[in-house]
Amino acid sequence: MFEYAPAPESRAIVDIKPSYGLFINGEFVDGTGTSFKTVNPATEEVLAEVAEASDADVDEAVKAARRAYTRVWSRMSGAERAKYLYRIARIIQERGRELAVLESIDNGKPIKESRDVDVPIVAAHFFYYAGWADKLKYSGYGETPLGVAGQVIPWNFPLLMLAWKIAPALACGNTVVLKPAETTPLTALLFAEICQQADLPPGVVNIVTGAGDTGRAIVSHPDVDKVAFTGSTEVGKAIARAVAGSEKKVTLELGGKAANIVFDDAPIDQAVEGIVDGIFFNQGHVCCAGSRLLVQESVADEVLERLKRRMSTLRMGDPLDKNTDVGAINSGEQLKRIRELSEVGDAEGAERWEVACDLPTKGFWFPPTIFTGVSQAHRIAREEIFGPVLSVLTFRTPSEAVEKANNTPFGLSAGVWTDKGSRILSMANRLRAGVVWANTFNKFDPTSPFGGYKESGYGREGGRHGLEGYLKGEAS
Amino acid sequence: MSRIDVRKTYKLYIGGQFPRSESGRSYVVNDAKGKLLANAAQASRKDARDAVVAARAAFGGWSGRTAYNRAQVVYRIAEVLEGRREQFEAEIRASEGVSPARARAAVDAAIDRLVWYAGWADKITQVVGNANPVAGPFFNLSTPEPSGVIAVVAPRGPLLGLVSVVAPLIVTGNTVVVIASEDNPLTAITLGEVMATSDLPGGVVNVLTGSQAEIAPWLASHMDVNGIDLTGVEDVELAAELEVAAADNLKRVRRPSPDTDWLAEPGLDRMTQFLETKTVWHPIGV
Repeated sequence: MFEYAPAPESRAIVDIKPSYGLFINGEFVDGTGTSFKTVNPATEEVLAEVAEASDADVDEAVKAARRAYTRVWSRMSGAERAKYLYRIARIIQERGRELAVLESIDNGKPIKESRDVDVPIVAAHFFYYAGWADKLKYSGYGETPLGVAGQVIPWNFPLLMLAWKIAPALACGNTVVLKPAETTPLTALLFAEICQQADLPPGVVNIVTGAGDTGRAIVSHPDVDKVAFTGSTEVGKAIARAVAGSEKKVTLELGGKAANIVFDDAPIDQAVEGIVDGIFFNQGHVCCAGSRLLVQESVADEVLERLKRRMSTLRMGDPLDKNTDVGAINSGEQLKRIRELSEVGDAEGAERWEVACDLPTKGFWFPPTIFTGVSQAHRIAREEIFGPVLSVLTFRTPSEAVEKANNTPFGLSAGVWTDKGSRILSMANRLRAGVVWANTFNKFDPTSPFGGYKESGYGREGGRHGLEGYLKGEAS
Repeated sequence: MSRIDVRKTYKLYIGGQFPRSESGRSYVVNDAKGKLLANAAQASRKDARDAVVAARAAFGGWSGRTAYNRAQVVYRIAEVLEGRREQFEAEIRASEGVSPARARAAVDAAIDRLVWYAGWADKITQVVGNANPVAGPFFNLSTPEPSGVIAVVAPRGPLLGLVSVVAPLIVTGNTVVVIASEDNPLTAITLGEVMATSDLPGGVVNVLTGSQAEIAPWLASHMDVNGIDLTGVEDVELAAELEVAAADNLKRVRRPSPDTDWLAEPGLDRMTQFLETKTVWHPIGV
């Protein structure tokens, strides 16, 4: 591997305050709860103290959202709502570098991903849904908003998940109370400042920081009309139970255990790139990650050899270094879970291979890892690890591949690698997953719906279909 | 002594440039009170043909851009127009003699129309495209594609009608040769200045000023023009003749619409009339 000189992106562009309050009714307020610290996972440096919203704070936020909904936002024409969303999209573009650096500092993801993937898609997402605000009559889902949306998002794509939640909600005429994850609140708070710059009417967007209790307060608040959650299947099920018997509309985007299926006629080098992208992109903290490699037996040895060679060239380390491919694990807690499940993999008899590299002494790190000799019964083939750990299984026929791929309670995504178009389409038809990538992986676009089958959740985000979760729908 | 103002020469807008008419002709444009505003270029057959060449040259690149990119460029036109709104309001008042409020309303509507159409760039496919459930093991997908070079006869008026006929064509990827309103051509050229500074590639929109009756037949019979929008043709006989000429290469024709309320929200038809539907089949099987 070539030696590269360090090429760190400057931190000078971001201004992290020592402490942050809640963003309610267009202003930052102290809140009545306690506070928590957010750290840089690459260094364990404390970045800021952040308010933990209490039940009373959440109630204030919901009231502000309701007022804004009733008095301003639901009365405004779609064309005028669109202009606010276009403004937000443009400010995100203008402040793109700042957002990218802050995201990498707070989340641990490589700057090349936050800069080239997260932030551009965030801006595009607002731009796309801005255009829907005055075109809802063409959506096929009616034009009537739901009211106040309570939204709880994860730490793996903090700003992108915020965009997926807020952009369609606002376009459809709803107001929102959003809680970012407790380990990655900073870009959401910077987004609050962007809302101020855009002169968004107070209360249309409210950001309340906190952990599980704050999330529960939002989800169970009686004046919330819509709950949107991205996160673990376990919490998703708890939310489904919590809203049972209410009028709340719910969309859930949950876990996955995607099969990435490589046939013997696949272009192997491209497939290897796709496998690497599928599981090591964003340190594997991706709900749709291709965490199960299903490779046809006849090419398994060759694929694995090339995969290991490619993995050996991945650069791991400082997320702000422009050459870094794999950054830090987002939290000590997540690192513990990845370690535990990997040890279960060892104990159950799978063979571990990891990239030999020097890990930084501070921060949370886990090297890119693959397990071979994995059977379908192994926990590392069934449970979501949510880290840079790939389980490798083999198959002989397309039917066997389909059976193994679908042998999971999840159904978020899948990948197919083959030169044969008819086989791609036949596999796509038979895979029980909400997104199927063929000869590519981890592709996202504002126009393209995303979401899962089975226990990967329900509802879609993105595209025209993403409007459905925020509209009342045609009367039935 | 008071300062003598520097007057602008109004020329054509072709291929991103502002050439004079090759014919060396111009015609007098008066304000609503009959006072001279300026001499506008009087485009010739050759100018029209040059404009078609420019539009054709721009088509591949423009239609090949992502819809997201086209959306941003059209939105950018709206942004730049908003920044120059006072100039447009003044021109509209001079040209039409309307009140400041009417002029402002027309500029507002023109900007909002551009924003509305900008949002369609990446949505029209999702509204008029289809996955078709054919009765067999085939993947079957229909998507819209732009027809190509479209000639447009803009309706009467300096700005709103012009924006309303051009925006729906370019947002879907067509390129345009537009004949500006004969009585209100100056604002069309000012709009060309806005487009020329909005990241819109040269040749995507080409603006001709002059005699509709002289130029339109050359565009209607031009074999490298794929469609013609006759919205602004008020002479019924001329419209019919243009439609006959357009039949030579089966141009897509939009007939005149004299009663259009340009302040009302449009439908999809100005986009869909100049879109082709492409259907792709592919077998499904192991």
